Amino acid sequence: MKRMTRVQWIGAALFLSVFVALAGCDNDDAAPPAREGTYRVVVTNLTGNQPLSPLGAVIHFGGYTGWEIGAAASPGLERLAEGGDPADFLAEAQGNADVLSTGSGSGPIGPGASDNVSLTTTPSPDLRLTWATMLVNTNDAFIGMAGLSIGDLAVGESKTVYAHPYDAGTEENTETASTMPGPAGGGEGFNAQRLDRDFVSAHSGVVTSDDGLATSALDESHRFLAPVAKIVVTRTQ
Amino acid sequence: MKRKTITGVFVSAIVFFTFASPLPAAQLTVEVTNLTHGIHFTPLLITAHDNATHLFQGGATGTSSLQSMAECGDISGLVSDLGGEDADTVANPAGGVLAPGTTTVASLDTTATGNTHLSLVAMLLPTNDGFVGADSLKIPEIPGNYIFYLNGYDAGTEANSELLDTSGCSPGMPGMPAAPGGDAGTGGTGVASSDSNPSVHIHRGNLGDTDVSGGFSDLDSRIHRWLNPVAKVVITVQ
Repeated sequence: MKRMTRVQWIGAALFLSVFVALAGCDNDDAAPPAREGTYRVVVTNLTGNQPLSPLGAVIHFGGYTGWEIGAAASPGLERLAEGGDPADFLAEAQGNADVLSTGSGSGPIGPGASDNVSLTTTPSPDLRLTWATMLVNTNDAFIGMAGLSIGDLAVGESKTVYAHPYDAGTEENTETASTMPGPAGGGEGFNAQRLDRDFVSAHSGVVTSDDGLATSALDESHRFLAPVAKIVVTRTQ
Repeated sequence: MKRKTITGVFVSAIVFFTFASPLPAAQLTVEVTNLTHGIHFTPLLITAHDNATHLFQGGATGTSSLQSMAECGDISGLVSDLGGEDADTVANPAGGVLAPGTTTVASLDTTATGNTHLSLVAMLLPTNDGFVGADSLKIPEIPGNYIFYLNGYDAGTEANSELLDTSGCSPGMPGMPAAPGGDAGTGGTGVASSDSNPSVHIHRGNLGDTDVSGGFSDLDSRIHRWLNPVAKVVITVQ
């Protein structure tokens, strides 16, 4: 493609400025500022063999936190991280005065696949995004971001971030079939008992039967390294 | 309706000039360090290009040129795809493989092309179809040093058998073409026979084992594993 020189760009800018200035004269009253902003969150699963549960996404101000490293997971996050259901996680968010909008994805996201959630709210420089989804061939691994700043996005702009896996700390990482809800195990999802260290941490990955954990229902294909997903947030209006 | 159209033009113009300025970054150096303990990089491809070009994208099927790079270390197809005129490309700055813990530097000049984004790939050896990748990093415009850390990807084009076959390499042929460290074994039965995710994704890492003449894998789990990131890149904008 032929590229414009700097001089040509400046010329084009001046031309457009004049055009805009003249165009503005046709209208007496100024256009009202945009009243709503829509933020599209696209998550792409970059694992080899770990489907992701349906997304849960929240736009909020600083008074809401989905989770904190070193602190116990909320009951809603526990249900998301053990069973893949975002409903309680989102219901908890909706009860917080600093939460502006919530939404969930259309379904599970297979390896290599993408899903998106669009949330609409009043634009503000202080907007933050929190989202989460479970790695379903695990006991209680989830990925997400707690409080990504999105208030700086203008219409049409986007930001790309890579997501790392967390351990909810609410269920031991036994990797047995009866304790994992995904296709590799087909066992139990959520269980209200808290059997692990009961704080959220970075996830250390799965061991699998191919690497010496004989009781694991996982094989080497279920292993993962960080990052496990790509997220693109675009302000579409 | 007229007002809306005019407002749209105004907003488009502002956004365009604020965020899509085509002013080139001009001269830059790209320093690449292999951060791994026991994985070699095949000849690197480093290229500056426009914002629409991608050598690969996570979640998308790799091109046949990407497959040649990821399975056999052959970057000629990707160089050809980039074309001579519109990209600033440095092929094989290290003059061969980049060993663990070593660094190479490439210089690029985007003055003539005005290119704004940078991509980098090289195969990870020994793997079946693993590669280190940077997908369209925005080149900073203000002079200075900028550090990026890169991850290991799986091209999704070949099962991760972890079996060494040094009889030659062509895309689609199973097996790892080389273990430059001379530290691989033989006689493995094969780790994986298929790829669950056929699109480009983050590599799950080598499995390996500790049996040099048998086991699942021809790789050594004490030598050939890695965690991300696998490379450090320092972009110096002058």
